[in-house]
Amino acid sequence: MKNFFVYFFSFLLLMNCTSKEKDFYTPVAYNLEIPTLFSDKLIAPIIPVDKPLTIEGVALGKKLFFDKILSKDNTQSCATCHNPAKAFTDNKQFSKGVSGNFGKRNTMPLFNLAWNFDELFTWNGKEFGLETQALEPVTNPIEMHADWVNIAEKLNQNETYRNLFSQAFDSEKIDSTLVTKAIAQFERTLISGNSKFDKYLQGEATLTENETNGFNVFMDEERGDCFHCHGSNNNPLWTDNKFHNNGLDEDFTDLGLGKITGDPNDNGKFKSPSIRNLAFTAPYMHDGRFTTLDEVINHYSEGLKRSSTIDPLMKKINQGGVNLTAKDKADLKAFLLTLTDNEFVNNPAFQK
Amino acid sequence: MMKKITFTLLISILFFTNCKDDKDCCVFPENITTTINFTHNWNGKEITNQELNELKFTTENGEKISIERLRYLISNLSLVGSNNQFLIDFGENSGSSISVTDISPGTYNLKFTFGLQDKDNKDGEYQLLNSVNFNVPAMLGGGYHYMQFDGKFLNNNDEETGFNFHAIRAVDRTNPNDLKFEDTSFEVDLGSIKIVKNTTIEIKMNVAEWFKNPNTWNLNELNTVLMPNFEAQKMISANGKSVFTLGKIN
Ligand code: HEC
Ligand code: HEC
Repeated sequence: MKNFFVYFFSFLLLMNCTSKEKDFYTPVAYNLEIPTLFSDKLIAPIIPVDKPLTIEGVALGKKLFFDKILSKDNTQSCATCHNPAKAFTDNKQFSKGVSGNFGKRNTMPLFNLAWNFDELFTWNGKEFGLETQALEPVTNPIEMHADWVNIAEKLNQNETYRNLFSQAFDSEKIDSTLVTKAIAQFERTLISGNSKFDKYLQGEATLTENETNGFNVFMDEERGDCFHCHGSNNNPLWTDNKFHNNGLDEDFTDLGLGKITGDPNDNGKFKSPSIRNLAFTAPYMHDGRFTTLDEVINHYSEGLKRSSTIDPLMKKINQGGVNLTAKDKADLKAFLLTLTDNEFVNNPAFQK
Repeated sequence: MMKKITFTLLISILFFTNCKDDKDCCVFPENITTTINFTHNWNGKEITNQELNELKFTTENGEKISIERLRYLISNLSLVGSNNQFLIDFGENSGSSISVTDISPGTYNLKFTFGLQDKDNKDGEYQLLNSVNFNVPAMLGGGYHYMQFDGKFLNNNDEETGFNFHAIRAVDRTNPNDLKFEDTSFEVDLGSIKIVKNTTIEIKMNVAEWFKNPNTWNLNELNTVLMPNFEAQKMISANGKSVFTLGKIN
């Protein structure tokens, strides 16, 4: 009997401890709306168990994404380069950082990032995970050129942010880890899956004859053969998120993946971008060398350059490529544009 | 008295719950884990993914080739049951080790299907395979690749040229509105294996066999756009039958 009381009181004591923590605000789970096409065709998106999406976390991440407070002199936010109206790009070949320096890479669009199953981000895959990626632009001298200690100080002095962080993360001290956690939560909600082609796949839209032929060019091993790298009706991401050399150059000024792995066999390889939302994301390629989709298509059709790491899927290099007919080229372009998702760029949840 | 009864009851409960999970009560057989490892060799010399992209292999027909991507699908692996698919990616060194944990001691026939039998080759059906872009276009009947093997070879003009040795269900497109198919997946039967303790089984793929037997493969003639090539698919399938052999068991 005596033992019983000891247990009983220890139990009460423990209960007491847990209920004490309950005084803190508990953020509300965020319900990520996954398009049916994605949940039907693809494995689950990557949302680390220790980094669940919450309504407070996503809202805070969004606020930070659009806030110039994250830059050295309060002149630049993530959205300066990643503009939601342009599928989170900026239509410039290279973007200017706060200190007036230009990078050598084209800004990447941001959508469906949680479905990048290898979690390798940027053109050459140098960042693993969205949280880690978000650390980088803040300090990069060609981007926001700030210092995380200063940024954390600025945020800690701001009462609104102090409250928002304590609600989202139950924390009184703001630091780079929490800032990037919040931004990554927001980024995982950026889903683009409602273009004309998506509607077509669900029987809600019809393709024109030209668009249908364009899709067939894309899928035909003898003509475009784009699907081996850029997805298909069965892979609504429209990218494999892998690294390839698609024949842009004979010599490489930017080593791409090779710079990261140190393996010369990876030189000139860059991540295949999704071909969703191309209507908004010009110019194209890692260095924004092509201003129009016609230039891109001409590249694959007759502009291929031989190099030792060119992907074996690039055919007939001596003729510069498979030499598509003018009609196939025009139709291919028409098909590519059916992947334009107006709902995504106008989604009020993604605007400032 | 009370105490004694409770004690007995407790022991009995413990005893019974313990027994319940085991198939033959009270023999307590150990849990056997079987690991199947796919290894790759070129005519007997083991190769790893550290040897990608080098023109270091010579085919039966005398062409120097490199391997850049080699991934393939096996299904209906007998030790696991039916209706299972495994993608083995040599280049990324993933999927090549398959662990089967709930196997009871006995003698098993080790076999699997290379690729997918027609009945399993359902378009868009497998999320994992869609997610890694392993699909076959609808214009070729849909479903999945059995294998994607890409690399380069030195052609007759000594030029490095890409090859796309992709295996799929053979399709005759003579009439695009009436596709004719031939199931070119095939069964690999590696015979019976006795499993009495934790066992590691090696299954070897001799990559050179794809170009060798019974069809000596001429890469100068057949290198790309093999997917819509009915005859080429049948040849790939025929050559595939001698590709896999049983390796070490321990
Ligand atoms: C000065 C313009 C600029 C600013 C400001 C900027 N970015 Fe970027 N972003 C880029 C460029 C350029 C790339 C491609 C970088 C590369 O490949 O080296 C990129 C790449 C990315 C990627 C990788 C996408 C992918 O699919 O791999 C993510 C995610 C990203 N940025 C998020 C952010 C976040 C979050 C911020 C704010 C903290 C931010 N960016 C601020 C220009 C910018
Ligand atoms: C071997 C894989 C591969 C194949 C096949 C392929 N691409 Fe690409 N694609 C890439 C890679 C990698 C890039 C980025 C290259 C870079 O920037 O260095 C790219 C870039 C693009 C871009 C630019 C997108 C952007 O946002 O900058 C478009 C558009 C595109 N490809 C369309 C196509 C079309 C159309 C085809 C078929 C004719 C095709 N691709 C075939 C790998 C491939």
